Amino acid sequence: MKTIETIQEEIVEEFSLFEDWMQRYEYMIDLGKSLPLINEQYKTDTYVIKGCQSKVWVHAELKEDQLNFTADSEAIITKGIIAILIRVFSNQHPKDILTANTDFIDRIGLKEHLSPTRANGLVSMIKQIKMYAVAFQTQLN
Amino acid sequence: MFDVKQVRKDFPILSRSVNGQPLVYLDNAATSQTPKQVVEVISDYYYRYNANIHRGVHKLSQEATDAYEKARTTIQTHFNAAHPHEIIFTSGTTESINVIAAGYASILSKEDELLISALEHHSNIVPWQMLCEKTGATLKVIPMTKLGTLDMEAFENLLNPNTKLVFVNHVSNALGTINPIKEIIDKSHQKGAKVLIDGAQASPHIKTDVQALNIDYYVTSAHKLCGPTGVGMLYGKETLLKKLPPYQGGGEMIASVTFEKTTYADLPHKFEAGTPNISGGIAFGAALDYMNKIDFEAIASYERELLIYATDALKKIDGLKIYGEASEKTAVISFNVGTIHPYDIGSILDQMGIAVRTGHHCAQPIMDFYNIPGTVRASFSFYNTFEEIDVLDKGIRKAILMLQ
Repeated sequence: MKTIETIQEEIVEEFSLFEDWMQRYEYMIDLGKSLPLINEQYKTDTYVIKGCQSKVWVHAELKEDQLNFTADSEAIITKGIIAILIRVFSNQHPKDILTANTDFIDRIGLKEHLSPTRANGLVSMIKQIKMYAVAFQTQLN
Repeated sequence: MFDVKQVRKDFPILSRSVNGQPLVYLDNAATSQTPKQVVEVISDYYYRYNANIHRGVHKLSQEATDAYEKARTTIQTHFNAAHPHEIIFTSGTTESINVIAAGYASILSKEDELLISALEHHSNIVPWQMLCEKTGATLKVIPMTKLGTLDMEAFENLLNPNTKLVFVNHVSNALGTINPIKEIIDKSHQKGAKVLIDGAQASPHIKTDVQALNIDYYVTSAHKLCGPTGVGMLYGKETLLKKLPPYQGGGEMIASVTFEKTTYADLPHKFEAGTPNISGGIAFGAALDYMNKIDFEAIASYERELLIYATDALKKIDGLKIYGEASEKTAVISFNVGTIHPYDIGSILDQMGIAVRTGHHCAQPIMDFYNIPGTVRASFSFYNTFEEIDVLDKGIRKAILMLQ
């Protein structure tokens, strides 16, 4: 089982190979296409992340003591970003998700998506993932 | 003679780069850029005569007051209002609308009806919904057509003697449609209704004569027309503004205060409580001076050429659909390509230094009408060039290649 930090380092490493923004975005678009799709039943307003320009749905399930995330979005680049987040946070213990640092996003050149003015809501997505972790951590206690 | 190269020298921001590419700024409907001439007016105010206005006996206060009131006169002249005190300084279009909405709260009753258009910005929908909740009045909507114009026949059928107020934007922010406000005003007046025109999107492109059109209320923001943010205006006919109660209580808006009763100041101060955005007001006047010097006729005809050029270019892109195809429109192109989400196109264009707006443009009812999540909107200004449209054209094509 890889730790969140290890996975983040792997992603930073992968992104460091790209020479320009086009390669970075093409990679994200590919990632978006491979996103583990959310079960249609969860694509409702209950699971939608508010404040995003494109609709984003995130669902979490606890398997033993690990959280498993599935998600979807109307926009492909947004899906790519979610795919990266899911790779980092899925199959991790809620406690580790809660304490995880998310600086790696800056390091892979996606800083512009972190700005609160960005309506794609990367910040909201991370917040939502951490909210799930809080909720399930309480359950585990 | 209009010379875009010359004009661009007034806007230092246009020569910066974004993501390593020269900036192509096509989000003018959201906010326009500010020329040196206007920025200098703001810094000059702070360097030389920053003071609170209207109350001070000292020299600086008098100079600031004179400059502020001169700006009011500039705005009055520009819109051809009958009196300077018919121009109320506000923080912007939204506040201007809210001043009127708040005023009508004490005037409207249950039987009354308000009519708004389906092309409105949220800021011109929500205050009226709140007003209707408060007063029990009914809000009715003038429907739109597929072309993005107002259904004028439906409008006439909706008008009746209970209609007290009609609210229409002069130009739709999401689609660029220029609405037939003269006809709307005349027909509304025949039924005794007053008309508020939201000029936020029109005022950077069209010089409006409020008396010739017999407009009751006209509102706009300075930042749409080369001025700073945080300042705007409410024009109202003197007779109408006198009947409206003040918007906020505070300093400046009073004539005398005792604990028993306060008498309100005359127009325009009745609506200008507290210390206003003084440098902003002065710069608003400077922005109008700047644009008038370039000349609104020249601006309109150049922007029309830009619009035709861009429309022709973009229409050649496979799968690209333009929303808003009224014969009368400002230089705005709202579009989608196939099923690609507007956000994706906007993000890729941003990487190429091209600034456009994506989303519902605060006009969700229009997006619902077309059953789309939003659009990509490129909005042009007189300082944009044909070369920039070529960059946009190429950029969209590249984005499509990446996204499909």
